[in-house]
Amino acid sequence: MNILIVGSGRVGATLAGLLDEGGHQVTVVDRDRASFAHLPAGFGGTTFLGNGIDLDVLRQVGVDKVDAFLALTDGDNRNLMAAQVAKEIFGVKRAFAKCNDPIRAEIYRAKGLMTFSRTSILAVLLRAMLEQDPEVGEVLLRRTLALERKLAGEEARDAAPPAAAAGER
Amino acid sequence: MYVIVAGGGDIGFHLAKGLIEAGHEVMVIEQDRHRAQWIEEQLGSVVLNAPADEGRYQLEAGCQRADAVIAVTGEDAKNLVICQLARYNCGPHGRVIARVTDPKNEIIFKALGIDETLSSTRVLMNIIEQELPTGGFLPLMPLTGSHLEIIEAEIAPGMPSVGKPVRALQLPEGSLIGGIVRGGKVLPAVGDAALQAGDRIIVLAPTAIEAEVRSRLYD
Repeated sequence: MNILIVGSGRVGATLAGLLDEGGHQVTVVDRDRASFAHLPAGFGGTTFLGNGIDLDVLRQVGVDKVDAFLALTDGDNRNLMAAQVAKEIFGVKRAFAKCNDPIRAEIYRAKGLMTFSRTSILAVLLRAMLEQDPEVGEVLLRRTLALERKLAGEEARDAAPPAAAAGER
Repeated sequence: MYVIVAGGGDIGFHLAKGLIEAGHEVMVIEQDRHRAQWIEEQLGSVVLNAPADEGRYQLEAGCQRADAVIAVTGEDAKNLVICQLARYNCGPHGRVIARVTDPKNEIIFKALGIDETLSSTRVLMNIIEQELPTGGFLPLMPLTGSHLEIIEAEIAPGMPSVGKPVRALQLPEGSLIGGIVRGGKVLPAVGDAALQAGDRIIVLAPTAIEAEVRSRLYD
């Protein structure tokens, strides 16, 4: 798949790394050059410096040709705007917006955007972990733990002081 | 009217103040506690200290009965979401108006269902262009609920229409000259009134034929 990600923070960059590894064609847009440092070493996709809600920037990175668009900056409103632009103006079928306010996430889901709220996902997952509910969290937990183990391992290999690789804050 | 002003910055504050002075009922939604307190000291109990981009606070502010929700925070994306949530939460009768800083975003807002936008950048650009010799054609504002707009056009020295009657302008069908502004006074645009250099004419025209109006006047 040809995938465009706006926002190279922890979530965006980690996802970009996973998708790149999975053989997808990935482009990451961020308006702050420093945030590309979140991308894993050996990232094979494209990075583009620019504002992900700017029509010209989106055109330049070929938003009209992507199979999926994900807006993952740290601003709910910016994500919702970017994903709507991709969907309504450029006709991208699968447009995702990270929206940490669960109520806003639901309203925009009704408008046809794919939204997800880290708030609700974490809350449901934490409850499942506490109540040892095997059904809800099992697959998610297994994959998450595998990913984190792998990331921590890579950090430990790359970084000089191994203690710094204790994991994500 | 009952107007909800989302964002209590400089624009929001003065807008609210002006509306109150004009006799309207106003509620300002301002997220910053100190700013909200300050506005309350100036204007009285017309402030809700909350984020305006969360639907439940719009409901708390009574947006169901509001005649207008105006989003004037400094962030375009936030203003878009405030207006879209207002559309969702409020009745269909209320107007939603968004302040837009990047003029390019006006196109986006329209495509996403927010028709009424205010771009201070564009207004400033228009004023500057108005001062330039070739910038005599100035779309002033769209009219709500129609595809019409008000245009101001300068009759510059040397234009063929100088000295001719208004009807000689032959503007495209569907447009109407509402008046002639000369020396700070408005004159009726009756058929045989002669135009003078420096006159400004006020035209009402469908947005779709704006370019045609411009070319009839200047080409």
